[in-house]
Amino acid sequence: MGRYVARRLLLTIPVLIGASFLIFAMVYALPGDPIRALAGDRPLAPAVVAQLRAQFNLDDPLVIQYGKYVAGLTHLDLGTDFHQRPVLEIITDRLPVTVKLTVVAVLLEASIGLVAGVFAGIRRNGYFDNLVLVSTTLIISIPILVLAFVSQYVLGLKFGWFPIAGIQQGWYSYLLPGLVLASGSLAYVARLTRTSIAENMNADYVRTAKAKGLPRRTIIVRHTLRNSLIPVITFIGADVGALLGGAIVTEAVFNIPGIGRAVFDAVRGQEGAVVVGIVTLMVFFFIFFNLIVDVLYAVLDPRIRYD
Amino acid sequence: MSTSSGYISSTPSLEPSGTGSPVLEVDDLHVEFRVRSGVVHAVNGISYHVDQGETLAILGESGSGKSVSAQAIMGILDSPPAVITGGGIHFQGRDILTMTEEEQRQIRGPGIAMIFQDALSALNPVYSVGFQIGEMFRAHRGTSKKEAKQKAIELMDRVRIPAAARRVNDYPHQFSGGMRQRVMIAMALALDPRILIADEPTTALDVTVQAQVMDLLKDLQRDTGMGLILITHDLGVVNEVADRVAVMYAGRIVETGTVDEVFTRPAMPYTVGLMNSIPQVEAKGGRLKPIVGQPPNLARIPSGCPFHPRCPRARTGAAAAAGRDCVTDLPLLRVVTPGREAACHYSEEVLGG
Repeated sequence: MGRYVARRLLLTIPVLIGASFLIFAMVYALPGDPIRALAGDRPLAPAVVAQLRAQFNLDDPLVIQYGKYVAGLTHLDLGTDFHQRPVLEIITDRLPVTVKLTVVAVLLEASIGLVAGVFAGIRRNGYFDNLVLVSTTLIISIPILVLAFVSQYVLGLKFGWFPIAGIQQGWYSYLLPGLVLASGSLAYVARLTRTSIAENMNADYVRTAKAKGLPRRTIIVRHTLRNSLIPVITFIGADVGALLGGAIVTEAVFNIPGIGRAVFDAVRGQEGAVVVGIVTLMVFFFIFFNLIVDVLYAVLDPRIRYD
Repeated sequence: MSTSSGYISSTPSLEPSGTGSPVLEVDDLHVEFRVRSGVVHAVNGISYHVDQGETLAILGESGSGKSVSAQAIMGILDSPPAVITGGGIHFQGRDILTMTEEEQRQIRGPGIAMIFQDALSALNPVYSVGFQIGEMFRAHRGTSKKEAKQKAIELMDRVRIPAAARRVNDYPHQFSGGMRQRVMIAMALALDPRILIADEPTTALDVTVQAQVMDLLKDLQRDTGMGLILITHDLGVVNEVADRVAVMYAGRIVETGTVDEVFTRPAMPYTVGLMNSIPQVEAKGGRLKPIVGQPPNLARIPSGCPFHPRCPRARTGAAAAAGRDCVTDLPLLRVVTPGREAACHYSEEVLGG
């Protein structure tokens, strides 16, 4: 297992290099001049423009620019934005906000989704099961942008239950955005759990458990739930990686200064160094949490071994 | 194995109730499956009994209702769609079907236990075999986790799994098919049941392992005095281990008797067909004689004798005796010779050759 993890971690290095180069190339290919965009309506003196272009290597060809960027990486220099702010500082500033949002979203997704899925799966085709099916279909089919605005308007503005925007009220401010962000995955977790449990209820080993004279609780918790949760837990694990990449729509609607907002602003301002730094980090999170999921799989299911 | 002395102690309520009555008695059991396309009559009034230390083989082709009747005894029918529509299942004199859920649960394991055909899917893949065997003690006797594991090792020893102490923490997929079936047997025998139902215990195994597993079951039965219900379509296995045999067709028992009698002088054309289909060494090179036609559709069981469409001796109309028309009159199970029952209007002729 240790060797497997080490090999997988080593494999992330070429992936990250390739990903960062691709992102670099895409930012390079963007139309428009970032310095002009920075200047806005006020024309800059040609000397200043030339100096800025030289400072950010904007006149070099793509490969040279990328080479200089990677050279900086070796001593943890991720470059700066056009206001001389180090990218590393932007990340350490914004990441905790996104981490908090992710924690809230994943907790909601796991708790509500699992509970709904378990009860729906145990009494398949019952009243509660149908309720779960209809409500999850509804949630999945509504675009997150609509969901965000509607919940902000109804729950935040009309009823005043939640802060409308910002993060001034600590963890409480993350609750509504977290719920909106989690909604799709929550519905998916509920359905996945339901299907998985319903399937396992008919498994031969559950019949064996009954024939052994085990109490009903033991049959459900030990012999049905445990096996059913394997796919669900792995889905949630992978979802953590995706959520840590920041939620551009949710963070924008609820004015949450997370990593998703930062990358959105950076793309609009053609801040190459910022975009590359953050997106590469997102890629890393995604890979890392997928690795955790794979390891978790082997822990949960003894049939899977990576030796 | 002499390591077993500690745990063979039945709960008082499970002691045999007198010597006369059989341990298990199935009485006119009816089971049907209510599915969207109609009602499937899986078991249509079967009765049998099993005495202490006795082996009853229930023989029949797929869909004859032999497994369904066993699942009804164990209380593990999938219901819905399965419904027990009539009859009784008496264990030590008490009808299981009228007991509460909790009383039924307490019988499963210490009273009646079951082993299944496919041990790989019947064992939970995410728990070690020791845990799954030990669960019997923990659920029924409140044994501690540690002690349960110790008893699991003893049981694995008893079913002759080599290096039991080392393998107790292994998972089902790490065992061979034969060893897995032994794990199942160890689990079923954990609480020293009075009745063991073995549902095609050797079908999924290769021939040499089949013999080992059957020998093991026979030995264990001799040690414990349990009654064994052996559900199978393997005539060879029946011939070797069973005392009595009940042949099932279309959810009914069509012939019962001792194995010797039924195998040498069948009294029902279906049984005759089964016996004729056994490959014979003397007839090497000749063609096997199969039973023609298809097994009946249990949603539309033929009128009269369910076997009549496939029966070479079926008589109808003018050829039939009064009240014994194979197409319209259902033959009931009746005594044909002492200790022998068959459901055929013309058993005497069948016996006569």
